[in-house]
Amino acid sequence: MFSVFIQPRHPVLKKRDDFEDVLEERRRSSDLRYALRCYTPTLYKGLVPCKASMLKSIVLQSDHLQYVIKQVSSESGDSAECVAEEASLILDEMAHRLQLSTIRFFAFTLSKAFKRLFRSVCVNEEGIQRLQQAVQEHPVVLLPSHRSYMDFLMMSYLLYMCDLPLPVIAAGMDFMSMKFVGEMLRMSGAFFIRRSFGGDKLYWAVFSEYVKTMLRNGYAPVEFFLEGTRSRTCKSLTPKMGLLNIVMEPFFKGELFDVNLVPVSISYERILEESLYARELLGVPKPKESTSGLLKARRVLSEDYGSMHVYFGHPVSLRSLAEGKINRSQYNLLPRYIPQKPRVDTHEFLNDAAFRLVRIQEENMVLKPWVLIATLLLQNPDGLELSFLTEQTDWLRHLALAFGAFLDWPNHEACSEVVSCSLALHRHLLSVSAGHVQLNVTDAPQDETTPEEAVFHRAVVVLSCASYRNQILHVFLRPALLAVAMQSANSNRKDDVYNCFNFLRNMFSNEFILCPGDSVQDFEEACYLLMKRGVLQVLEHEIVMSASGHSTLAFLCSVLDPFLQGYQVVCRCLCEETNENLTEKEFIPAVRSFALKLILAGRLKCCEALSSDLQKNALAALLRLKAVRKVKVGDQVTLKVNKIAVNSLEDTLGGKIPTLKPILARL
Amino acid sequence: SRSSPTAGARSLSLRQEIMKWNGWGYSDSRFLFNKKGQAEFTGKRYRLSGLILPSLKDWFEGTFGANLQHRSPATPSLNLSAVAPPNLNQPFVEDLKAAGLAVSHDPEDRVFRAHGHCLHEVFALREGRIGRVPDMVVWPSCHSDVEKIVELACKHNVCLIPYGGGTSVSSALECPREETRSIVSLDTSQMSRILWIDEKNLTAHVEAGIIGQDLERQLNERGYCTGHEPDSMEFSSLGGWVATRASGMKKNIYGNIEDLVVHIKMVTPRGVIEKSCLGPRMSTGPDIHHFILGSEGTLGVVTEVTLKIRPIPEYQKYGSVVFPNFQQGVACLREVARQRCAPASIRLMDNEQFQFGEFCFSLILLNFFLLKNFCFKGFDPQHLCVATLLFEGDRGKVLQHEKQVYDIAAKFGGLAAGEDNGQRGYMLTFVIAYLRDLGMDYYVIGESFETSVPWDRVLDLCRNVKERIVRECKERGVQCPPLSTSRVTQTYDAGACVYFYFAFNYRGLSDPVHVYEQVEHAAREEILANGGSLSHHHGVGKLRKEWMKESVSGVGLGMLKSVKEYVDPQNIFGNRNLL
Repeated sequence: MFSVFIQPRHPVLKKRDDFEDVLEERRRSSDLRYALRCYTPTLYKGLVPCKASMLKSIVLQSDHLQYVIKQVSSESGDSAECVAEEASLILDEMAHRLQLSTIRFFAFTLSKAFKRLFRSVCVNEEGIQRLQQAVQEHPVVLLPSHRSYMDFLMMSYLLYMCDLPLPVIAAGMDFMSMKFVGEMLRMSGAFFIRRSFGGDKLYWAVFSEYVKTMLRNGYAPVEFFLEGTRSRTCKSLTPKMGLLNIVMEPFFKGELFDVNLVPVSISYERILEESLYARELLGVPKPKESTSGLLKARRVLSEDYGSMHVYFGHPVSLRSLAEGKINRSQYNLLPRYIPQKPRVDTHEFLNDAAFRLVRIQEENMVLKPWVLIATLLLQNPDGLELSFLTEQTDWLRHLALAFGAFLDWPNHEACSEVVSCSLALHRHLLSVSAGHVQLNVTDAPQDETTPEEAVFHRAVVVLSCASYRNQILHVFLRPALLAVAMQSANSNRKDDVYNCFNFLRNMFSNEFILCPGDSVQDFEEACYLLMKRGVLQVLEHEIVMSASGHSTLAFLCSVLDPFLQGYQVVCRCLCEETNENLTEKEFIPAVRSFALKLILAGRLKCCEALSSDLQKNALAALLRLKAVRKVKVGDQVTLKVNKIAVNSLEDTLGGKIPTLKPILARL
Repeated sequence: SRSSPTAGARSLSLRQEIMKWNGWGYSDSRFLFNKKGQAEFTGKRYRLSGLILPSLKDWFEGTFGANLQHRSPATPSLNLSAVAPPNLNQPFVEDLKAAGLAVSHDPEDRVFRAHGHCLHEVFALREGRIGRVPDMVVWPSCHSDVEKIVELACKHNVCLIPYGGGTSVSSALECPREETRSIVSLDTSQMSRILWIDEKNLTAHVEAGIIGQDLERQLNERGYCTGHEPDSMEFSSLGGWVATRASGMKKNIYGNIEDLVVHIKMVTPRGVIEKSCLGPRMSTGPDIHHFILGSEGTLGVVTEVTLKIRPIPEYQKYGSVVFPNFQQGVACLREVARQRCAPASIRLMDNEQFQFGEFCFSLILLNFFLLKNFCFKGFDPQHLCVATLLFEGDRGKVLQHEKQVYDIAAKFGGLAAGEDNGQRGYMLTFVIAYLRDLGMDYYVIGESFETSVPWDRVLDLCRNVKERIVRECKERGVQCPPLSTSRVTQTYDAGACVYFYFAFNYRGLSDPVHVYEQVEHAAREEILANGGSLSHHHGVGKLRKEWMKESVSGVGLGMLKSVKEYVDPQNIFGNRNLL
């Protein structure tokens, strides 16, 4: 099991590029001249020149689409012309209309906006150079992380700035409801896909052929978000495979020699949507994207959002990635235009590749000092003395660096200076008085607020703050899983600890980015990191804590604590649920009110249990572990809970809600 | 060391005397750079012989980054002491001699028959490295001689390797390292007579050792031809064609070897296999010819073949078409195949090959006018490519056919570029193999390989394989980008045959042949991954054996193995090809 052949990863040794602030130039010279400057992008060597209008007819006439049109026509009884017409309408609804003039308009307005919003926008110059190279060699797929609406505007802005070809971007249909803005985005390269089109063969065919055609002809870099949607928690989301499969297929089928996959990590010192996300997680529905809503967002323009970092990762050659994993000759016996469901091995490869790409995004995500501070503040709900906070931040900084965090810590600045700067930028989340720093959770409630509203108010601050802590979770995750495993294993034996580690890893694999099948490797990595830090000694059959390791292990355990607690709340709620026919839709409100009751009763302190993201992830884990089953009753999906299994999972998670212990004892 | 009671020793190795021992073709014909640095082709045998090719040097130096100052000459003559003494099975030798068969264990005779023309084989010879070679050579002069030899081989348990023209490019003639028995090269060159011609049925019965050009010449004298013209026809033998499933340039009219044979006689350790009549087609279970065709010397020796023959065509006309790019060219060939109106031969060269052709000839046969004309019409010399055509038949029909093909070409932007260009293209076919030897004198090594692929994958396969070659070379430390080019050489209803030429400058590499083999291996993997076949006509030999199971399935391979087991349980035909 603990094969010596598995090399522990050495995240610390990772060399990263330097950044340059692209706004600096913008602050010195004319935005208008910049927007109107001569734009001569580097082009793909195999480019088949083609206009956007031509693209449409290529797609509609493609063998693949013609095949599916005939198929749909014979299945539905509609005439082929009729189906073709429908396909054409789908394409009209979907297609981008990239225009340089719109890009120039954005180059001008975004220059203005970015300068007001951000102190700096830092980009790794070498990453841009690598991309210049990659774009010429093979078709490129840009895979940015997704934390804000700003992401794809920023991407196109930067590519324009660096004379790179402008990307076409897969966007959710919800944007289209913003009349004017939707069209503007369309003209700046966005194409729109419906959020769900499950069984719609025709839609899928139009969509996939459209994307593939652009890729095959080298029309433009294709950009999409592996995570599928903006992460409301700032944790990376479990990647979606659909589009990844589409952009990989032309390589699998030999239509392209290679595809360069470029992970891009975009990080914000302060996220524009910060409190919006927290409210959404707490069940206040997000405002429907509307133009007037965006105008109201003008208010955000007057605030300081610190700096922003964009890191273009090394292009990943799909060919090298698939080497030895995909047997391309599997496509030899069927005409290539006939759509095929990916085989099991292809599916595994996709999954593996997607996770790895998201890991790369995570690793290249720049972390600000505030992230460390937020982590400490969340662990100390009663607040800390500023001097102690500074000391702790410094300690944590060194731990994070030892674990390979990509920390943007100002050089030559005293730690106290750095901390107070961070506190100033995020003052709306804090209260600082007489040298005591605390999350703004005890804000004197207004007279008319109900206790529920007070909890809700507190939770907004906690979840906002958590969204910063979450950015660094991937750094601590593996050692933290090991720390908790050691605690709950009640044994020093390596096997026992590994079993616990594996259980936790399995439990949380919807919550965090944990590559399937990497369990042993993750374990080795955690051991390696903690051993190097002097926290543990890893012997042949035993893992022993060092004398000085206590504080680090305690810190790591409390990093995972909110999740352990949250999952237990979800389990408890399902066990105590009396409604035999709890529907999927009722699940979130049920858990939320259950957690709220616990908090109001003072039996639960952890506000993060209120987060719908955590609740959904917990349910997904229970479904995956088959402790809960979905059963379709009529047109409702109900959840059938195996209470014994759920209860035992909860037990294994540790039974850490002290007030619940008597209940447990009774069982 | 030669004993030949019947025939004179000289005549047994006539070919050996006029051919290179460590390179392609005739000793008197070779490319060289003269003192002025101009390339010339020596000898008198070819139309190109004696000509000076002034711009070949520029092309050569430009393409490979080679330099005429940097020479890598071959060992001038065979070092006989490098040849291991023969491991003779004396009782077998005695019995052969008693039966009156010509044998030899002269080292030159043995070395000459120990190799084909794979790069690694020729490279080793040039360096004077000699590996395992056959222990002796035997020359049967007729079918019954072969029967006798095979019978004695079984009796004394020696390993037989049939040898025809020696033009294999699949390591098929290499002696297996693990073979401990005495290895005997069975040279069919003395079995080269046309036994009869049947003008009523248009068939000829021929001994299998006959060389392609001799067969064609002798039939021509009688007013006939087989029309089977593989690029190696100057040297390859009828038996070799059968054993490898050969394909000829003019297969569109005459068919490939499997379409040409009416009857095959083969001597196996189990006895003689043949059909009982000369019926043109039969339904008698699986065609036993197909166990023989492509058996690559693993089952026995093909001794006599009945072939279809045709009257010599009244009229031949070459032609050529220039296309703006390779895609258009392939689309045109596909359309020609769809309409089933392919000329006797139609080949499409890519831009790199077009440029090579231009360099070779532009100063001999001025064609500037033509080229300029095309440039005006919007043809980019960096993209255009050329198809060469050969029409055959009666004059009226040829002209009609020609018009039909040119009309199709026009639809794909193709412009007729004259007969000369076409004829030159075909002329190059026979001399191109000599070019490799020139390259090897200046640190350039290369090879060609082929595949067949469905029409819809031709372009993707060509692009991916060419790019894979470039990438692999770079990764393995080849300093200059390699020459990596392709051509479509045959069209079929459902696909095409594609040829790749690949060469690079190996200065600075410690083991160039190994690098070469790795790149070729990667290129073959790429071909298979893109829906191409393991081979269209070169065969499998030992070079491509590792992919046989993948290519024909485990059951398929098992079927072939069980045939081998039945026919040759002692593995007398132990060249270990194919299976």
